[in-house]
Amino acid sequence: MSVPVSIQGLAASSPHVPGTPVYKTVAVVGPPNAGKTTLFNRLTGLRQKVGNFPGVTVEHHTGTYRLESGAEVSLIDLPGVYSLNPKSEDEKVTVDVLNGEMPGAERPDAIILVLDSNNLNRHLVLAGRVISLGLPTLVLLNMSDELHKQGGQVDVLPLARQLGTPVALVSAVTGEGLGAVATFLVATPQAPEPLELPIFGDPRHCREWAVRMGTHAAYRRGATPEWTRRLDSIFLHKFWGGIIFAVVIVAVFQTIFSLGQPASDLLQHVLDNVAVRLGNVLPAGIINSLVVNGVWKGAGSVLVFLPQILLLFLVIGILEDSGYLARAAVISDKVMAKVGLNGKSFIPLLSAYGCAVPAIMATRTIENKRDRIATILIAPFMTCSARLPVYTMVIAAFIPNHPVLGPVVGTRAVAMLSLYVLGFAMAVITARALKSSVLRSRDVAFIMELPPYRWPMWKSLGLRLMDRANAFIFRAGTVILGVSILLWALTYLPMHNGQPPDIADSAISHIGHFIEPAIRPLGFNWKIGVGLLSSFAAREVIIATMGTLHGVDPESHAMALQQALKSDLTPAGAIALLVFFAFAMQCMSTMAVVRRETNSWKWPILQFLYMTTVAYVAAFVAYRITLLYWN
Amino acid sequence: MVFNFMKHHAIKSVRTLRTLCDLGVGESGILEDFDMPQAIAEHLMNLGFVPGLEVLVARSGPGGNPRVYRVDGTEVALRRDLSRCIGVRPLSDAEAEAR
Repeated sequence: MSVPVSIQGLAASSPHVPGTPVYKTVAVVGPPNAGKTTLFNRLTGLRQKVGNFPGVTVEHHTGTYRLESGAEVSLIDLPGVYSLNPKSEDEKVTVDVLNGEMPGAERPDAIILVLDSNNLNRHLVLAGRVISLGLPTLVLLNMSDELHKQGGQVDVLPLARQLGTPVALVSAVTGEGLGAVATFLVATPQAPEPLELPIFGDPRHCREWAVRMGTHAAYRRGATPEWTRRLDSIFLHKFWGGIIFAVVIVAVFQTIFSLGQPASDLLQHVLDNVAVRLGNVLPAGIINSLVVNGVWKGAGSVLVFLPQILLLFLVIGILEDSGYLARAAVISDKVMAKVGLNGKSFIPLLSAYGCAVPAIMATRTIENKRDRIATILIAPFMTCSARLPVYTMVIAAFIPNHPVLGPVVGTRAVAMLSLYVLGFAMAVITARALKSSVLRSRDVAFIMELPPYRWPMWKSLGLRLMDRANAFIFRAGTVILGVSILLWALTYLPMHNGQPPDIADSAISHIGHFIEPAIRPLGFNWKIGVGLLSSFAAREVIIATMGTLHGVDPESHAMALQQALKSDLTPAGAIALLVFFAFAMQCMSTMAVVRRETNSWKWPILQFLYMTTVAYVAAFVAYRITLLYWN
Repeated sequence: MVFNFMKHHAIKSVRTLRTLCDLGVGESGILEDFDMPQAIAEHLMNLGFVPGLEVLVARSGPGGNPRVYRVDGTEVALRRDLSRCIGVRPLSDAEAEAR
């Protein structure tokens, strides 16, 4: 199939100046798994940005396609849709944009429809619906490389004639046939005059129409790649499937902890060094303190998460693009069904053991909105890595190490494990409660398309990583920075003669004393209260705060801090503190990401109130019970 | 009407209709009707589960649920509770061979 004949149905002569696009805005539409995003990335490269339409959680990318003449066309990548039935949010967004009814989005002048050439019988149904909208449409039959490799074929000429639109056989992966896009954009639009459009409503007739179109085009589907079946007979094997699944999960975690944690630590070290230099360079005073302790430390608390987030997304991206993620969802579905969720929630929840922030961003693969929100709401109960330093410090200070199971497993290990179990149990209880009440989704079933296994493309992975990094740094980062500066102000104000006050005179200490009556039932004094307040920025901040409050450096005087903690907490108070940390939503990064991903403040605020209430009540109960047995 | 949405249960009980769930791994059937909310049925049809098409039980995942079905050139995993709502006419061996 040579390139010049691969686009048909366009006028040969064009009254326009060659190279001048006739369309300003073009929508890219297509079903999921048709390679639409790969094509969009190929056409726009780095000239793209992400946005939300007002009032919906569905995301869309806009990008710029540059023609050889230098002229630019704006491309909108719409969510993947199977049909144009505005029932799901994704499809409603697509329909609204295509009809020019989406506020804040221009009505596109033309459509590029991306179909999988290996699945034309199914995908041509969508073509019928899209073409009948009446906009100039270019139909791209994607993945020509796979079609040819698997012995399939399609003749685009007759198909173009039948549909009344230009049709091209392309491969977004190899770039084959993509010249058709430029040709389409500069050619004179012709009113599409389809020979026969499908009768809508009856899926059977739609499909018969699609098959007839395919027959006109001498369409022959390629055989399912043999090695996809072979791989599935291993990966979905009754016995080995589960074993391989477990190995993959352990490998994912091993990668994130063995590479991500040191990278985060290194970054933290570099940031701290820069903070010291910055502090030396700037003249002493309020500006110095604001820049170093407010802005820089605030920005740093965001940045240290980046290595782990990027690593997690790299690994999940490879699993997703290769096709394994769909199989992992199938394998874990049986377990997830027990808490009212489905297999698609498994990977995000697992990621939450590392950090809730990337986990919540990873819930985008869950199509059902209610399941997605339920997953987002329970993810922060999983014991994330930020809780570890707090658990370690409190356990080391209060729990004597006695062997429980042999010399290896001691009381401290048991305490740590119990906290993991506690968080997990609360997640399960919450999920069950949500799924049987406000987030009940009756008419949703687990339906998982299993795409063929493919090699991941580095370019697509790279673009997606940049996307996630941007989303995290700029959207979540601004909120975190704001709260950090507020915390700084509360610690360093009111100034006396240009000097920051003693911690005991600072605004935050007054707030600490103010809330003391509320936390006294949990066995906490005002210092713990201040630590708790500061930990709402990020959990591990409580260590630095307690260090500051006691005038000891937490880095070099860990023992001293542990001793100091004993003056603030009784053993019962320590247990209450651990339980509080297991349940409370003390992480503004998570809140900012929940706000971003749900596109509303409703869910992060409800989540915060719920988790804090659970934490308070549980800590109170834990305190009372411990008082009875251990004092 | 080939497919009915939560209607005509009476007809169903008279017919000796089997469901996708009754087919064993490696067996095929012809899709007949969907006894489920229309939105799910439409989603299934978008994925290729169109009445009149042949569906094959390709494999069973670890734990026997969900199972993977091959229809119209695609593989789709469904839980057993959903496959129990999809009516099929089992293919006789002769029919399967003729196809």
